[in-house]
Amino acid sequence: MFLRALTVCSMLALSAAGVLADNRSAAKEQVDFGIKVAQNGLWREAQYRWERAVELDPSYAEAWNNLAIAYEHGGKFDDARKAYETAIKLDPKNMLIRQNYDLFKEINDRTQKRRGPR
Amino acid sequence: MIAPRNVAALASIVVLCAAIGCTNFYEIPIETPIQPKMDVTPFTRVLVAGFISGGTDDVDGNLETVRLLRSQLRSKSNLRVIEAEVLPLADIARDQFKAPASAPASAPSDQARGSGPAGSEATNHSGASQPVAESGGQTPAPVPALPPATEGGSSQQVQPVPPLAGGPAADDGKIRNEKDLERYQKIFENTEFWKKLGQEHQNPLIVTGTVLFTNTQSSGFVTQNREIIDPLGRRVVQPYRTYMERKGFIIEPRFIFIDGRTGAVLYADRFHEEILYPAQQQTPPLSSYFELMDRLIPSFLGSLSTQRIRGTRVLLK
Repeated sequence: MFLRALTVCSMLALSAAGVLADNRSAAKEQVDFGIKVAQNGLWREAQYRWERAVELDPSYAEAWNNLAIAYEHGGKFDDARKAYETAIKLDPKNMLIRQNYDLFKEINDRTQKRRGPR
Repeated sequence: MIAPRNVAALASIVVLCAAIGCTNFYEIPIETPIQPKMDVTPFTRVLVAGFISGGTDDVDGNLETVRLLRSQLRSKSNLRVIEAEVLPLADIARDQFKAPASAPASAPSDQARGSGPAGSEATNHSGASQPVAESGGQTPAPVPALPPATEGGSSQQVQPVPPLAGGPAADDGKIRNEKDLERYQKIFENTEFWKKLGQEHQNPLIVTGTVLFTNTQSSGFVTQNREIIDPLGRRVVQPYRTYMERKGFIIEPRFIFIDGRTGAVLYADRFHEEILYPAQQQTPPLSSYFELMDRLIPSFLGSLSTQRIRGTRVLLK
């Protein structure tokens, strides 16, 4: 009985892992395509692709990073901030994501910061 | 036998190559758009009229600021820049305070040419402050309606304003600090004056304000960087603290945007920048002025038009 339950659990776990792997692979395709079109200046298409990627795999930090860049390029600063923060949360040790976020914050803070007393 | 220094260098190259090989990243240039702080769509032309300037005598803050802003607007905004004489705004403000309330105010352009009183409209010192969105406000303040004109032909009689204690006319005319500048602020509330100026130039957006450019000195400990060779033979930058006497300049401009159709203030923004040099360094005040203004110009332009900040980001796979 116990052996049967263990087998069922293992099969479920394996199939879940398979689904996750499938999602990651589909998301990766979207990310790759997004990078290609962004390099050609088609940022809207790139944004759409990366939005699809994070829908498919919300734990894909790199996709969130790219999406944040697309939002930044489009002037959607609130969305960009959220996307960067999600990316950092998912992969806190990724220095490249942090570097992007720091550059974004520098611009965002500079434009919003009051430079002198009223 | 390989020296330890070479081993370390070789190891770091191998690690770097491995890191690059394993990481899929693409550096990409991006342009971040910064939305303007005020809506300038009703205007096709801009008049940088003049500034009330003060501080050091080494730089003519009024003239230099007008020149600089005009050239920046010409190249970096969609508005057509009106080439007109620079208004001696401090003198005009002084005259307005001197003039009795019943006396007619000078037309702005007449004053710029240095002629005597000539207009037919009295100055309006209603004292009612216009709603002004200072920096940080994303939407421009609504343009208030002008006070209704009183009867009596073209001449608009307005409430006389008693001279301020210590007003512009009360001192030697020199503006040395923020307190001196405060005495001149009333001119920006004189909607009739700005409306008349606007009419002379077909209702443009008017840019004016104040510029205070002053000397400063400071002494104390500062953090500086020095390059050293570490035990592995690499050059590293190390911060250290040292006592320094420094001198420099502070610039405090306040840019005011006025609707040339109504004379009302649409938006105002205040800035503060300073620069310090080692005490022995001789830097011309005009160079410092331009260095400081260079830092402010993007923010100034950002009030009027969408600016794009270029940079690079890293896309990841």
